[in-house]
Amino acid sequence: MAKSALLGSSLAKKYWMALTGLFLSIFLVAHLAGNLVLLGGEAMAEDFNAYAEFMTTFPVIKIISYLLYASILFHAIDGIMLTIQNRKARPVKYHYEKPSANSGWASRNMAFLGTIVLLFIVGHMATFWWRMKFGEMPIDAAGQKDLYTVVATYFTTASTAWLHVALYVVAMIAIGFHLWHGLQSAFQSLGVNHPKYTPVIKKIGQIFAVVIPALFAIIPIFMFINQ
Amino acid sequence: MNLTLKIWRQNGPEDKGRMEIYPVQDINPDMSFLEMMDVLNEQLIAEGKDPIAFDHDCREGICGMCSMFINGEAHGPGRRITTCQLHMRSFNDGDTIVVEPWRAAAFPVIKDLATDRSAFDRIQQAGGYVSVNTSGNTIDANAIPVPKTDADRAFDAATCIGCGACVATCKNSSAMLFVSAKVSQYALLPQGKVEAKERVRKMVNQMDIEGFGNCTNTGACEVECPVGISLENIARMNREYLSASLSSAE
Ligand code: SF4
Ligand code: FES
Repeated sequence: MAKSALLGSSLAKKYWMALTGLFLSIFLVAHLAGNLVLLGGEAMAEDFNAYAEFMTTFPVIKIISYLLYASILFHAIDGIMLTIQNRKARPVKYHYEKPSANSGWASRNMAFLGTIVLLFIVGHMATFWWRMKFGEMPIDAAGQKDLYTVVATYFTTASTAWLHVALYVVAMIAIGFHLWHGLQSAFQSLGVNHPKYTPVIKKIGQIFAVVIPALFAIIPIFMFINQ
Repeated sequence: MNLTLKIWRQNGPEDKGRMEIYPVQDINPDMSFLEMMDVLNEQLIAEGKDPIAFDHDCREGICGMCSMFINGEAHGPGRRITTCQLHMRSFNDGDTIVVEPWRAAAFPVIKDLATDRSAFDRIQQAGGYVSVNTSGNTIDANAIPVPKTDADRAFDAATCIGCGACVATCKNSSAMLFVSAKVSQYALLPQGKVEAKERVRKMVNQMDIEGFGNCTNTGACEVECPVGISLENIARMNREYLSASLSSAE
């Protein structure tokens, strides 16, 4: 066998893309659960900070978080390799193409959507994750790192708060489209396709793709309006 | 009908190629697209020009030879048809029709609209067969019972005519629909199961060697395939390959 079947082959790229993608989707739910505490406002600030503290220090979560960073990297590198090879597979482009006749917009623009999401993740981690881990943090009444205040400042009182909110919403829209194709696609890649279950998987995937990013986006909008 | 055709001309594999414009008059709407091309070619020959090379054979939708990317779609507008089954009544008088060859690194242009699809043959030769001794001891086909649903699904997969529209239409030039149809037609039957693991690994490996792109599940192939090969076959190939690779000693 010329290429390693579980690493280098065209199908291996599918499997890894699907597995890391599904893992990242599960992470989104966990992340969202914590973020929703922010909707409680000042009253819940200490609860949010306690949650953030737990997420950055509890050993099991730490191991999972390394797995998470690795997944993001793997997912992105896999995508870049895929895009390069796929470009090479069609050196001369068509003069006239009608792609909307046979496929969905999101499915054809996963690389573009993924790039937006990756840029967002980099910025997002620089703003919150980096500061929480290595930067100067205010301390709340309970003596915990006050991530709540950092978030609230970023989305409400900072002079460019409106821009922060807008960029956040754009990123959530990109994640939504990425998931719209990506979730059901992951099942297909792993070989799960069945006349009875696939329509259900597709529906659930689409609901997930709308609901999860929407809930994420509501939080900064709510904070901005309620300031 | 009077039409304007914009057709890709390329003298050979090394030529860069270009779009050229040809007007055609008095086309009968009941002609097939290939018959319209014949009319154009006769016109070109009468004018002392080089006729347009294009692939065709059966002209009834069973051989898979006719190709052509017409107005942005493999085999043109319409579903479940090949180019020989596309009729001029699908167009309007005065239309401009853009005609290009299948475009993929693995399907190099031989001349004009004719491409070299022998990559498919090499994939097939890599494992798309059943090793049985057929000399003198033919066994009755019904000697091994096969569930009706399996037989039907294997038959559906076997209807693939190897036309390459799936590759041509895929934004990644992926051949997964074709390969998965060939993998499935054997994997579903007891006679084919014996070599199933080896087969899927060899065929996928050959597909990668030929330089086809990676599938991203856009589903365009399934829509444009003239015989309606389903994405379920690709999922089956994904399963077969995963289990074959996990369990292999290499
Ligand atoms: S799968 Fe369909 S489109 Fe692809 S080669 Fe076979 S018949 Fe043609
Ligand atoms: S010429 Fe045989 S399928 Fe069109």
